[in-house]
Amino acid sequence: MAHFFTYAVLTSTVAAAIALSSSFLFAALGETMGQRSGVINLGVDGIMLLSAFATYFTALKTGDLLYAVLAGAGVGLVMGFVTAFISVTLKAEQGISGIGVYLFGLGLSDLLFLRLVGTPLPISQLSPIGIPLLDRIPAVGAMFFRQTILVYLAFLLVPVFTFVLNRTTYGLKIRAAGENPSAADTVGISVARIRWSTVLIGCTMAGLAGAALLLYDGIFMENLTQSEGFIAVALVYFGAWRPLGVMGGSVLYGLAIAVVLSWKSLGIIPLSASDLAATAPAVITVLTLLLVARRFRQPAVLGKPYERGD
Amino acid sequence: MPGGDAEPPAGLAARRVGWETIILSWFALPASLLAALLLGAVMMLLLSVNPISGYHALFDGAFVGSYALGASAARAGPLLFVGVGICISFRASMFNIGGEGQLAMGGLASAATALALPGLPSFVLIPLVLLAGAAGGAGWGAIPGAFKAYFNVNEILSTIMLNLVAVQLMNYLLAGPLVDTTQNSTFGLIPETRLLPHSSWLPILIPGTQLNLGVLIAVLVAGASYVLLWHTGLGFRLRAVGMSREASNYAGIKVKRTMVLAMTLSGAMCGMGGAMLVFGSLAHRMVTDGSLTGFTGSDGFNGIVVALFGGLSPLWSIVSSFLFGGLLTGGDALQVATGVPPDLVTTLEGLVVVFVVSLEYMRRRARASSLAPASSASRDGG
Repeated sequence: MAHFFTYAVLTSTVAAAIALSSSFLFAALGETMGQRSGVINLGVDGIMLLSAFATYFTALKTGDLLYAVLAGAGVGLVMGFVTAFISVTLKAEQGISGIGVYLFGLGLSDLLFLRLVGTPLPISQLSPIGIPLLDRIPAVGAMFFRQTILVYLAFLLVPVFTFVLNRTTYGLKIRAAGENPSAADTVGISVARIRWSTVLIGCTMAGLAGAALLLYDGIFMENLTQSEGFIAVALVYFGAWRPLGVMGGSVLYGLAIAVVLSWKSLGIIPLSASDLAATAPAVITVLTLLLVARRFRQPAVLGKPYERGD
Repeated sequence: MPGGDAEPPAGLAARRVGWETIILSWFALPASLLAALLLGAVMMLLLSVNPISGYHALFDGAFVGSYALGASAARAGPLLFVGVGICISFRASMFNIGGEGQLAMGGLASAATALALPGLPSFVLIPLVLLAGAAGGAGWGAIPGAFKAYFNVNEILSTIMLNLVAVQLMNYLLAGPLVDTTQNSTFGLIPETRLLPHSSWLPILIPGTQLNLGVLIAVLVAGASYVLLWHTGLGFRLRAVGMSREASNYAGIKVKRTMVLAMTLSGAMCGMGGAMLVFGSLAHRMVTDGSLTGFTGSDGFNGIVVALFGGLSPLWSIVSSFLFGGLLTGGDALQVATGVPPDLVTTLEGLVVVFVVSLEYMRRRARASSLAPASSASRDGG
């Protein structure tokens, strides 16, 4: 245990935690927007897988990471149109249609990977960018200010989403659609249009999450996400539907993973027990869901399609 | 959808809506599968594979010859157990996505039982391991059920989280306490139990095929579940709670207890599926590859597809499980013949789910408007 509490190990563990949390954060922030408007999207994991593959394939073929990230986000946006059409226009049962999207993404991403790539080749990863001056701060600099551009973007979006949700007309409409859609409808807000927009944003964010995860790992494989997308949906509950809370949950989750990895490599926990230790984040999440369900109220019509005259 | 500028005569509108209801009810499910298969054909074309030879190989591998049929039926058994479990929980409006975890816990409980009591004869041990599997799955299903009923925790999320917990717990146990230490460990130990006692193996019903007793039991359980859901008071309460918790409460049904029961029963079915995955396997060990789906083969999710395609009816799920068991079995033949990975089947399953739930809304709406006065039937065209 003593060699865990050294400067180098602690800073690198926290830095890894921040980097790991970025994909959770992208996905969970996007999901927050959808859920605040009343739509629960359970297809996030499938969308992340498809986007991760798109990112990987583009990076492999062009070598350009900007294109790769755009491809990931683009696939997310396309899946957003599909998801919004199913959930909002066709008013399907969202819990189940999301599982369909998940299976679709899980199957198709691996199908394309095996068929178009076959042997997994690593791609170049995003290089960390130091924030001038801030990265010189002892400890803090190494932990927080030598990250990749995607990590900064994920965390910058937290205040942006908070502002949009709480301080703009658009945010007000989102909340109205999620709390009292018939009232929103009465005052002339198109509930369907608002929900379409939040689902498109959410799925694009899921696409960015897939890209961030892929570029962190540097390689694609079957079921790369390991249910990260589902965890991101749970993190929205964890964060009580607030971007700041979602960020807290994402960082905690990233930290849990990074600590387990670090302890494993230091031999603090035996390799055989690493599967057992890996259950910790999911156990924490279930317990938090229990607490959150008692303390906070979810958006009133979460998961319920809106129909006039209900 | 009905509608249009001029309002048609009342009788005509009613008749037209009626047809729509019938078409949507009877053709929705086959149409979903057909649409998914068509999209699958497009995917194969895009991957420059001839879809006709692809599907030919798939269906040959699934349904042609006694060996293929037996393999498909054996593959269908666990799917049917999970599917029936999903029918029970979904009918009570409890969305149990925890099949993966319940399969794992059921498998663990049954394997541990067989390893602990190797001396028992078959006719005692086989029922015992199935019951142990049911108990393991039931316990793992009851937790999210109680969380939902008493603390209002979203059961979709809690079951998914418990999947991760259960599967990693299983991977730990199979690599650690339950691992077969007698194996040749040059390359490290494979995470698997030692060979299970012969008396616990599910006997093969037709020699030369993989068709084992588990399939028969799954079909019987499906029949029993049908009776339970539609011909018992408990089944009525489960379905009533699924229709409306408020109305059920008003009618004096103990809603929370029923919700927990729905998840417990659902978990028990999935747990038996886990036992069948262990004792109906060719290896006759409980084995994983360390990944999330190494033991289950994603059957917790495949079972959802089976139940939805079976219209959430345990009896139709028998047909549906055989169909998807066949597709999953044929996936390997598809790969051998054309090089298209079996993941195509997972992709198709996803499409089927999406189509089924999307059509369900239209079906509901068509039915609602055919029941409503004819004058309001054309209102929703706008």
